[in-house]
Amino acid sequence: MKKSFREVLKEGRFIVTSEVGPPKGTNVDRMVQIIELLKDKVDALNVTDNQGSVMRYPSWGGCFLIVEQGGEPILQVTCRDRNRLAIQQDLLFAHSRGIRNVLCLTGDSIDVGDHKEAKPVFDLDSVQLINLVQSLNSGKDIGGNQLDSPTDFCIGACTTASAEPIEPHLIKLQQKIDAGIQFIQTQAVYDLDQFKRFMNYLCKLNKDVKVLAGIVLLTGPRMAVFLNENVPGIFVPQPLIDQLQVAPKGKALSVGIEIAGRTIREIKEEGLCDGVHIMAIEKEEVVPQILEVAGL
Amino acid sequence: MKTITAQKSFEEILEVLERTERVYIVGCGTCATMCQTGGEAQVLQMKERLEQAGKIVTGWMVIPTACDDLTKEALGEQAEGINQAQGILVMACAFGVQTVVSWTDKPVCPALNTLFIGKEDVPYQFSEVCIQCGECILGWTAGICPVTSCTKGLLNGPCGGTKKGGKCEIDKEKDCAWVLIYQRLESQDRLDLMRKYKRPKDYRVVKRPGRIKLSEDLLKRSF
Ligand code: SF4
Ligand code: SF4
Repeated sequence: MKKSFREVLKEGRFIVTSEVGPPKGTNVDRMVQIIELLKDKVDALNVTDNQGSVMRYPSWGGCFLIVEQGGEPILQVTCRDRNRLAIQQDLLFAHSRGIRNVLCLTGDSIDVGDHKEAKPVFDLDSVQLINLVQSLNSGKDIGGNQLDSPTDFCIGACTTASAEPIEPHLIKLQQKIDAGIQFIQTQAVYDLDQFKRFMNYLCKLNKDVKVLAGIVLLTGPRMAVFLNENVPGIFVPQPLIDQLQVAPKGKALSVGIEIAGRTIREIKEEGLCDGVHIMAIEKEEVVPQILEVAGL
Repeated sequence: MKTITAQKSFEEILEVLERTERVYIVGCGTCATMCQTGGEAQVLQMKERLEQAGKIVTGWMVIPTACDDLTKEALGEQAEGINQAQGILVMACAFGVQTVVSWTDKPVCPALNTLFIGKEDVPYQFSEVCIQCGECILGWTAGICPVTSCTKGLLNGPCGGTKKGGKCEIDKEKDCAWVLIYQRLESQDRLDLMRKYKRPKDYRVVKRPGRIKLSEDLLKRSF
């Protein structure tokens, strides 16, 4: 039996999580393979929730598969597509199927996705969502009504370490920490000096929350530029884009793996934070190689 | 405060007027004139285009304020032209359209889309600053409304998408509402207000459609 993520958080060793993106459709073969490949190599696997506002197979569906395959899932929940009733209902279902970790997110704007005409919900924001899960954990729904049994979720949140100005984000992070989160998975980290500054700020808050630095695999220079231009909250520095640019034909992905592995190694060696969260979007099969470069 | 409107495409207007050969046009002298969507100039332009499209315009007028009670009288005064028409095209906001609807039995069709209730920043530039949520939180947010100005209407701080320089994730030209709130609260030395947890909104506050009748007591009370 795999150790629960909650226990891993308490062990004090370097934590590694990764994530899988569900399919656009009903064919889960690839996702099942990725889960099989990664479930024992990482401490937990996130499943994204209509990432980038692109409609996909549900996050809890992917998490359910992870449970079935003996892995440890982290359910990503955003506020964009569901009101408070729907979110709670999904969480009850997830809990009944053995899903015990929830990552509470705001969700990207509808405008970046593939259903631009849809109505954005945002009935709650991410801080309110964390409070909602706490409420279910205490045996009540967010309306204050008694549940027949409480949930027992380990709650995480996301933050961005590279925002400018950073202060409003730190205040929000403090609100999330005050609401009782147990772990943080950050948005992509490329600039370690900036990340150190972020961790310094965070240390001042002096709270017992595990921080996993986000590592987004760069598959080539075009992807890096795309991330900078289109993905909210990610900033790839120019020197890294240059490294990918000069890579020989067909070798850019290897360079990306090298960059990701190197970053993880540095984070671990310098003890910058408690672990990493590796996001290899649509290239999850190379996560073992990244871990190898990182020496994990 | 003005109701901000934009003109519908002429194709859409023609589609709704498909079975209406004789049309009477109503414009509005207030918001729609300010937005240049339903003032005299636009009414005359519409008249010309409709005639070019083979319609008969039986008359037109620009009511000073189409959403006002006086609309009833104005329609009465223009009874002749209106009676000859099979339908009325209203170049006013939806409040004006519905006011006309309530005083006539003729089919009424809007020529404008009503976008938002906004204020005029400088001539011909309007912005939405309040969506009438019924639970005003401006006291906690340095007078800047995140319900309206944040793309996601977030109540507790910025989302992770804020772009460099404090711009919103969906628009490099638009300031992130929460960065503005932060800056203003900081300059007022009131950042504690930003740390305060704002609970989820109560959507019962205004039952839609909103309807209110001031009570006798309230009317008698003097402040
Ligand atoms: S919080 Fe915003 S939308 Fe609500 S009443 Fe106040 S200004 Fe209007
Ligand atoms: S960037 Fe700022 S204004 Fe835009 S959605 Fe996020 S919090 Fe709201």
